[in-house]
This record gives sequence, structure tokens and C-alpha cells, in this order.
Amino acid sequence: MHRDTKGWIFVGPFLAVFALTFLAPIGYAIYLSLFREQAFFGGNVFVGLDNYADVIADSKFWESFLRVLSFLVVQVPVMLILALLAALAIDSARLHGASFFRIVIFLPYAVPGVVAVLMWGFIYGDNFGLAADLNNLLGSTAIKPLSGHWMLPSIANIVTWEFVGYNMLIFYSALRTVPEELYEAAAIDGASALRTVRAVKLPALRGAVVIATIFSIIGSFQLFNEPNILRTLAPNVITTYYTPNMYAYNLSFAGQQFNYSATVAIVMGVITAVIAYVVQLRGTREAL
Amino acid sequence: MSTTSPLRPRRSPLLTGLMILYLAYTLIPLLWLFLSATKTQGDLLSSPGLWFGHRFALFANIRDTLTYNDGIFLRWLGNTLLYVVVGAGGATLLATAAGYGLAKYKFKGRRAVFAVLLGAVAVPGTALAVPTFLMFSHLGLTNTVWAIIIPSLVSPFGLYLMWVYASDAIPHDLLEAARIDGAGEVRIFFTVALRLLAPGIVTVLLFAVVSTWNNYFLPLIMLSKPNLYPLTVGLTQWSNQATGVGARPIYNLVITGSLLTIVPLVVAFLLLQRFWQSGLTAGSVKQ
Repeated sequence: MHRDTKGWIFVGPFLAVFALTFLAPIGYAIYLSLFREQAFFGGNVFVGLDNYADVIADSKFWESFLRVLSFLVVQVPVMLILALLAALAIDSARLHGASFFRIVIFLPYAVPGVVAVLMWGFIYGDNFGLAADLNNLLGSTAIKPLSGHWMLPSIANIVTWEFVGYNMLIFYSALRTVPEELYEAAAIDGASALRTVRAVKLPALRGAVVIATIFSIIGSFQLFNEPNILRTLAPNVITTYYTPNMYAYNLSFAGQQFNYSATVAIVMGVITAVIAYVVQLRGTREAL
Repeated sequence: MSTTSPLRPRRSPLLTGLMILYLAYTLIPLLWLFLSATKTQGDLLSSPGLWFGHRFALFANIRDTLTYNDGIFLRWLGNTLLYVVVGAGGATLLATAAGYGLAKYKFKGRRAVFAVLLGAVAVPGTALAVPTFLMFSHLGLTNTVWAIIIPSLVSPFGLYLMWVYASDAIPHDLLEAARIDGAGEVRIFFTVALRLLAPGIVTVLLFAVVSTWNNYFLPLIMLSKPNLYPLTVGLTQWSNQATGVGARPIYNLVITGSLLTIVPLVVAFLLLQRFWQSGLTAGSVKQ
């Protein structure tokens, strides 16, 4: 390591843009959250923590929060377990054409989220989608991915489709760094394939699993693109406060309630950061 | 590529079979998209989803997509390319320089930089969107290309990757030798370090390209002029048009436009896979 303040030459430009696009908006959001627009007289008045008290008591906010929470406790484990199994299978050397599987399973990550939602939205539809084909085949009308209770699982399916490959690659990269000697030692001990997975591979994956879990939780709490785009197909199912992010967005851009919207965003940010932090603490302390 | 087991286990048809099932789940929607892009609007409604229609209309659809509304799709494609080249290119440059600086120099405040970065990554990006929009609108930046480009320039994930990569890829002795030869720090970075960082740079660039190419939320709130839209926002607008009151649905254009939007990224990932896969593996060493 070179002791030299010249390091700032390289770090400085990044930090300058970072300050403008990360730190300044955070500061500005906090500022906004402490004020409220006067309805009749115009202008902003300082209201202290009143906006926060309103969010805490806001049933729309909690409904949207519980929705993404129920989404993530099912979707994140399913997605990560699929990704883990795929990574272990590809790394196992028991697969025909392993590198082909690796690249194809990763491909959906290269599909823009918007296109993925449009595509799945059409597929779900009863106009010319595969759901309609399936219903014709079965002679039923039972499969309605865009209705009521189907909607959240339908969105979960889109997110899973998009991100299994990405997480698989994170896990696979971690597996590649396991030293060969560990496998040799396991083989000398006569360990079975499953035992090797449990004793060698899963411990090696711990850090990667913690990181992937944190990123997935953050992603779930930010859920926006999928419901916002599907909303045009099912406006009666997806409300303007379907997820906390959609709520914040619609408060701002449909309701002009910028102060309240900023407060919702901050509350969500704090909840997300706390949960990510707890996951990190637990993940680094406990074994899988 | 080395095998992970010294015993070279036998290939398993069962495992391969299970993976083929997953492969089908991955590919069927993309197959559906491709087949649908070959159909006329009439065939879309009347033919089975996973087979061709009566007419093979792919090229007609592509022509219609590119020329609809005075070629607005090409305009959106051009905008996307601009945002990607300047945004992702700039993000890669900034992340590379900063990662290198953090990995190879010990300076006051270095620990503080880490702490701030880690804290900021936990903040949901979309929580920043509304305040960023309000700030940019005060600065008169909304409805300009800068509203998209400036936020794209920061990639904390890219910085993390480059920092880990630079720690391993550049020997200190090499830098010291260059200093003894009298080279300045900036010159050392451009002539010595950049070459050694190449696989890491390709990885960071590719992921930055994906995130700017796929950017939807930011342009959605920052831009209201259709001629500044990137492809993502433009396509959703076409899709909304289909459900609007009295509007002419243009499903075939939305589907073909979606296909055209996917192709460049898929090709880039396939062609560059050797680079980004090695970059990622190196990046995970220190997890």
C-alpha cells in the first residue's frame, strides 16, 4: 500500500458525483420530510416529525409494506434455492454441457426488466398469451394470472425468471474459488458427493449467500417496475399503493404531495437498511 | 477450466434432465417472444402461442417498428445508445479509477469513504428518485439528457468489484518500479494499471451497460418529452397506447420492439463471456 494523498486524484471524481447523486438527495429528502405544504396560503411550514407520525398511522402504507413483505418471504427463498441448486449442479461436473447451461440460465438477466414484464404480461393475458392457450387446451377458464390473488405470484414468477441466473452466477463464482485441496481431502476421507456439498461447498458459499440475500431483500422492497407496468393490464387489481415504492411514486407524480412522498421513501429506506444490516449480522455469525 | 473433483465423477442423466426442465422455463418465454414477433396482429390472436402463424411477418414487423410514427423507435434506440455510451462508459471510468485509488493508496479518510459507500448502498435507489427529481428540477436538469446520464455515472457495485480486482491484479513492486523510473501517478494509472485491470473493466462495463440499457424508473420520472425517451420507456408507452380509450392497439410493434431491444445485450454477453466470467470469479475471491 502506497502512503500518498495522491490517492484522492483517483477517488475524488467518483466521490464528487456520488455526493451529488446519493448524498445530496438523501439530505434533501430528510429536509422535505420535515415540512408540509400549506393548502390555502401556499409555502412550506416546518412540521417536525408530523409527516413521520402520519406514515406510521397510514393504513395504505402498511398494506403495501405487508404486501412486499409477504412477497419477499416466499419469492426470495425460492429464487435463491433455485439459483443455489443450479450453481451446485453446474459446478458438480456431473452435467452434460455445463457451460451451455450456465450461459443460457444467466441470459434473462440481459433482458431489460421492462421487456421481461411486457413479455410475461402478454403471456399471462387471455388475448393471445400462453395462459389462453393453456385454458383452451384444458377446456377451462381457471388460469387467470392477472386476476386478484394470482397477481402477486405472477409478479414473483417474473422476478424469479429474471434473477435466478444472476444469483446462480454469484454462487457459481464463489464455488470456483474453493481450493482444490479441500476436495482432495474430502475424497481421501471417502466423503460422498452430498457430504462434500454439505461440508465443503455450502460453507464456501456463505458469504455469497449473505450478499445475494441482502441484494434480493433490497430489490423486493423496491418492487416497482413489474406492478407499475402490469397495472395497465389489470388496473382494478393493482392499486396506486400496491407497493411502497408505487405509493411514493404516485404521491409525488399523481398527487403532488412531495413532502409526504419523501417521508414514505425515507421510512422505507430506513426499514430496508435495518433489515439488510440484521441479515448481514446473522449471516456472518451463524453457519448455514 | 478445471474439474472441481479429483475423481472426475460420472455424468448424471438425471441431473442433466432436471436442468433441461429449468432451461425450458428460461427459454420458453423468449421463444414465445420470437415466434410472436413473426406474426401479424391477426395471427397473434388466432394462432397457437408456441408456433408460427399463417404468414411469416417478422421482416414486415421490423420495418413497421422502425418506421412507425416517423421512426420514433430509432430515435429511442439512439437515446439509449447515448445514455449507455456516456453513462456506462463514464461509470466504468470513475469506478475503475476510484477502485484503483482505494486499493493501491493509503490516504487519510480512506476508511470514511468505505463507511459512507457501504451505508449508501443499503439505501434503496428508488427512495432517492423523488428527491433527485425535485433537486434536478430546481437545477433545470429534468427533460435533458443529463438527468439520465449524471445518476448513471455512479456504480457502487462497480467500485466494489474494481477495488477487489485491483488489490489482486496489480503488484505493488510494479508501481514502485514505475515511480523509480520517474513516472507520475496519473501516467502510471493509464500506462501500467489499466492494462492489468482489463478483465475487471470489461466486467464492470458490461454490468453498467446492462443497468443503463435497462434503466426505466429514472427516465420515467425525469423525462416527459417522448423524443428523449430510452427504449424502455418508449416501449411501455406503446404498450399503454394499446389499452387506451379509442387507441389503435399496436401489439405487433410492442412485441417486435421488445425483441429488438433484447438482441444487442444478449449478443454482447455471449461474445464477451470469457472476459466477464473471469472478472466475476476474481471479484468473489474476497467475499
